Amino acid sequence: MPKTQQLEDFVTQVRRDILRQVHKVNSGHPGGSLGCTEFFVALYQEILERKDGFDMDGKEEDLFFLSNGHISPVFYSVLARSGYFPVEELNTFRLINSRLQGHPTTHEGLPGIRIASGSLGQGMSVAIGAAQAKKLNNDDHIVYSLHGDGELQEGQIWEAAMYASGKKVDNLISTIDLNGQQIDGSTDDVLPLGSLRAKFEAFGWDVMEITEGNNITSVIEGLKEAKTRTGKGKPVCILMHTVMGNGVDFMMHTHAWHGKAPNDEQLEIGLAQNPETLGDY
Amino acid sequence: MKKYIDTGKKDTRSGFGVGLEVLGKTNENVVALCADLIGSLKMDAFIANNPDRFFQIGIAEANMMGIAAGLTIGGKIPFTGTFANFSTGRVYDQIRQSIAYSGKNVKICASHAGLTLGEDGATHQILEDIGLMKMLPGMVVINPCDYNQTKAATIAIADYEGPVYLRFGRPKVANFTPEDQKFEIGKAVHLQEGTDVTIVATGHLVWEALLAAEALQEKGISAEVINIHTIKPLDNEAILNSVKKTGCIVTAEEHNFLGGLGESVSRVLSQNHPTPQEFIATNDTFGESGTPDQLMEKYGLNAESITNAAEKVIKRK
Repeated sequence: MPKTQQLEDFVTQVRRDILRQVHKVNSGHPGGSLGCTEFFVALYQEILERKDGFDMDGKEEDLFFLSNGHISPVFYSVLARSGYFPVEELNTFRLINSRLQGHPTTHEGLPGIRIASGSLGQGMSVAIGAAQAKKLNNDDHIVYSLHGDGELQEGQIWEAAMYASGKKVDNLISTIDLNGQQIDGSTDDVLPLGSLRAKFEAFGWDVMEITEGNNITSVIEGLKEAKTRTGKGKPVCILMHTVMGNGVDFMMHTHAWHGKAPNDEQLEIGLAQNPETLGDY
Repeated sequence: MKKYIDTGKKDTRSGFGVGLEVLGKTNENVVALCADLIGSLKMDAFIANNPDRFFQIGIAEANMMGIAAGLTIGGKIPFTGTFANFSTGRVYDQIRQSIAYSGKNVKICASHAGLTLGEDGATHQILEDIGLMKMLPGMVVINPCDYNQTKAATIAIADYEGPVYLRFGRPKVANFTPEDQKFEIGKAVHLQEGTDVTIVATGHLVWEALLAAEALQEKGISAEVINIHTIKPLDNEAILNSVKKTGCIVTAEEHNFLGGLGESVSRVLSQNHPTPQEFIATNDTFGESGTPDQLMEKYGLNAESITNAAEKVIKRK
């Protein structure tokens, strides 16, 4: 089977995992998760240089930090299917005594997670710290982070953005999930973000775009391109255009499914649009 | 009664600076971060000796806490430095999520705590920081009493794995604890043995408690003085053993009585050995501009207040 087909199958299975996780507990955030599925699959299957197993320090490997922690369903699915913990554990999402908390945390010891996130705006700072630790350790691996576009309304992001360029943190690739939606509506309605390219360039970043953030090939090519831009004195920002709710037609292009689970009937429709590929958990 | 000698007034923040300088030489994993207050935090020597291990963050404390959390991933032991107000209240959620809940080995080092910051006034005089930090699960809270002890505490916390809040201050105060003392986190220090009243104090109020004990002795009252440099975890045993002997207690701190040392002591007593207690602390108020001595007198945080509180609490036995 061609590699692209394998990855697309992987994406389809992750979409099923997302829908099934949030449906089971009638809570969680499917919209942003579905929109970032290709990104996570590309990152963990094609881009990250990862060691076997998991240790918190993550020396001599690439690191990833999820800043918009509410899209935990996609993170958990891809971590499990990349070997960090048993896929069956997705059954425990948001349940009592689970390692799969509503928002990702180190507190329960889930392999693959290096920082708690959920309260927005903090992940870029953490990624910068990890990137600077890599420089101190003479470790030339890359630190990646992902942020929601709505999350950029938090002030700490811009403290971090100013610092990252000012201090030449050029082993950092921060991707912005540009889906134009947040809980209360479109970002344009809630608080317009203006030109993010102009903003990040003004803050001294090397800015590039992935215009088709839900095309696995485009995402892989974009991330590879971003990697070639590291080590040149500037942090790298990827503006990744995605569709919230991608892959489930009634969830697409709306903020309505930001934090809402499908009912039984809606789940069936969503799963029918994403037939089982790698095997359900 | 033991006699304590002030070997010369020094600021506790300088004790931190010297402790950090020592760590620069002895522990290669220690790194330092500062939010544009190098001089105030006395971090110059560490920076001069270890320029690659210092991160000037600029005036962005939230970012500093996040970067500190990130630096632990890779084995570093970050010491953040800024004023107590900007080390806690300003960045509470960053500490809560990225450091405390994430279990990161960050040392939050906070100078200019309390009223003795002086003339800058209430915007900078945080009196709520002990409460904020002790409420965070897993956070160790330390408030050493003088220069020597702050230096020892700074060195000691590098060997402890987990988040720590280290609180110290701006003014020059009596330096009376042993040079090169061993600092044990969570272990109270008995300074005076006594039978009539227990005085437990933290930070700048420890010296005042010793002065109060002398004044009380002149009145024929035997006061036991305990230095509680670690508010969390609290040395419950030291407190309970003392009050079982004396039957009453005064707690003294440069902090609001809501959320401070006194409340922690109250909880231990009410659960184990209910005991009359008086609080030397600020009374749910903000501070104001003034000299440190003027402020400590106006807000009742000195030896005279402790003496009066001791006499009052003895009558409640």
